[in-house]
Amino acid sequence: METFIDVLIILLVLTNFRLLGSSRISACIQTTALQAIILSAFPIALHTDALGFHLILLSGATIVVKAIVLPWLLRKTLREINISREVEPLMGYTASIIIGAALLGLCLLISEPLQSTHILGGRMLIPGALFTILSGLFLIISRRKALTQVIGYLVLENGIYAFGAALAVEEPLVVEMGVLLDVFVAVFVMGITIHHISRDFDHIDTDRLSLLKD
Amino acid sequence: MIWAVLLVPSVAGLLAMLIPMRSAPRWLLMTAAAAHITLVAGLWVRPSPASHWIAADLPGRLFLTITSVLFLAMAFYTIGYLRRESGKAIKDFQEGFLFTNKPEATFIGCLLFFLATMSLATLSQHPGLLWIAVEATTLVSAPLIYFHRHHRSLEATWKYLLICSVGIALALLGNFFLVIAAKGKAIGLDLANLQAHATALNPVWLKAAFVLFVVGYGTKMGLAPMHNWLPDAHSEAPSVVSALLSGALLNCAFLAILRFHGILSAAGLGDFSSQILVLFGFISMATAAVFLIRQTDAKRMLAYSSIEHMGILALGTGIGGIAASGALLHAISHSLAKAMLFLTAGNLMHLYNTKDILKIRGVLQVAPVTGTLWVAGFLAIAGFPPFGLFLSELTILTGALESGRWLVASGYLLTLGIIFVALTRIFLTMSFGINESWDHARISDRGMREPSWSLLPGIALGAGVLALGLYVPPKLWQCIQDAVLAIGVH
Repeated sequence: METFIDVLIILLVLTNFRLLGSSRISACIQTTALQAIILSAFPIALHTDALGFHLILLSGATIVVKAIVLPWLLRKTLREINISREVEPLMGYTASIIIGAALLGLCLLISEPLQSTHILGGRMLIPGALFTILSGLFLIISRRKALTQVIGYLVLENGIYAFGAALAVEEPLVVEMGVLLDVFVAVFVMGITIHHISRDFDHIDTDRLSLLKD
Repeated sequence: MIWAVLLVPSVAGLLAMLIPMRSAPRWLLMTAAAAHITLVAGLWVRPSPASHWIAADLPGRLFLTITSVLFLAMAFYTIGYLRRESGKAIKDFQEGFLFTNKPEATFIGCLLFFLATMSLATLSQHPGLLWIAVEATTLVSAPLIYFHRHHRSLEATWKYLLICSVGIALALLGNFFLVIAAKGKAIGLDLANLQAHATALNPVWLKAAFVLFVVGYGTKMGLAPMHNWLPDAHSEAPSVVSALLSGALLNCAFLAILRFHGILSAAGLGDFSSQILVLFGFISMATAAVFLIRQTDAKRMLAYSSIEHMGILALGTGIGGIAASGALLHAISHSLAKAMLFLTAGNLMHLYNTKDILKIRGVLQVAPVTGTLWVAGFLAIAGFPPFGLFLSELTILTGALESGRWLVASGYLLTLGIIFVALTRIFLTMSFGINESWDHARISDRGMREPSWSLLPGIALGAGVLALGLYVPPKLWQCIQDAVLAIGVH
């Protein structure tokens, strides 16, 4: 199973690079859906010995919420606001990928002392999950469009979930489901807000939302 | 009983949104607020048996009571406020365009959900459930900030949603780190169990988890430098919502940090977590001081003052000992005083049609009762005797001096002094003096200027904070000290 998990983590890392280097928002949405499918395989691949109702339900719920419902919701918002690209991000795409590579190196470096026998999934899991978290944060701060920032938030969530997947047996099902529900509602509310922003402002560039300041 | 505390506001919120009668939501709001406070009082008389998920432990009950009391006062104010504001186009006083408000049913429904989620946040005994509750407070309060439908409140809502969601996502990572710290030790993951077996937890992961908790829940609590959403949200939301955000929500996030601080203390890592809390406390107080000096927006001024007081709470908890008890007392007094000030600020905004401090003059002359409340609120929030905040700030200072932290104590006094001067300048010029520009013809009737619904909640809250300054009942003090012990802060 070790190799299978390594493959999953490598796929996860590659999807992050696709997100960092892509200007088409619909491609980014598609990539987060792909990430969610990869992630949903995590708990099953990691806990082959403890495979039960709990884990299968969790994987199923992840796929339904993160790979089907949320991307659908984001696409719907995308159609309504009638944009397709992230034009002129605060940080260019080539630069983003280079920074991404640097971040990946950093993650490998800082996860070295954190390696512990208590975490399943081999030595790749911690750096892979950390890299996904940092990619999400980087997307939030380096892109202008509110929608891309929501995608960044989802990527951040996915990275955290990758950690959680390694511990899925420990966390009670109620908590996992609650977390999924919260993420779903968060994206839902953000989508509505973006809809209002595009109606009121005729754009969704968050760096131009700068009326309130000291 | 304990489930009823959560169910009553949730069901009332649902009904408020679904029943298609115009007056139904207002009735539901008042009824649910009254029922909630009765149930909370019931929890004091007969605490429900604890479960792994929720329990009315002492610290939880204390913060739940603050929330419930504030909510009742706000419900009362909201009824009058909605009667005045709802269902018509309102002229924005900053830019002059017309805007409408969110439908009343949605607003009241979200207010009630807000109460339910905050109650859950105070009662949660499982880190995962606590996280879910705190994140849920963000989601149900975002529509409240966008009550006035215009672009500034929309901008504030967006910042609030994104910054808080990202911040709280980091707290979720903290949760997973906590699980890793407990892995392989057969420790139940509820707070009581974690605390009892804290020494068995892996210290490296536990420390990392605590840092993430402080950053995550600290975003929600308004600790600098994660505070950016707070002044925007507080200045653009209706005053009732600002009062609830400042007086109740920030406290809930503080309670979350407090609980994890207790686990670290029990694990023998109290020095580490204390230092972090003291550090964030100082940064918050200093940031607030800087932004208060030249503040020209009345509600932003109050928001920065909240950041200052959250800093004081973090600082007091970090110092520990008697200062930790002082911090809890401070949380109570601050909630009452700040809610009263936000409500009074709302009245001022309606009277003067501006939030600009430089344009509000002679409040005492124009509206004597509102003016008196404004001055009393200032004295309370600046830490003047005989108000409650004086006593708690003094207790925290005593704690700092007793533990021999001279540097901390002097820094604390210095920032308090700077903030005091800044606030004096703002409040006194607003309250005294004679107003030439105020348009007497616009609201000529005195009863219209100061309707009783807009004053009574403020007066009640102000009386509370005054009473706490004159006399802290030994029972309350005992209860606070027991709460500090129960959390396990040394």
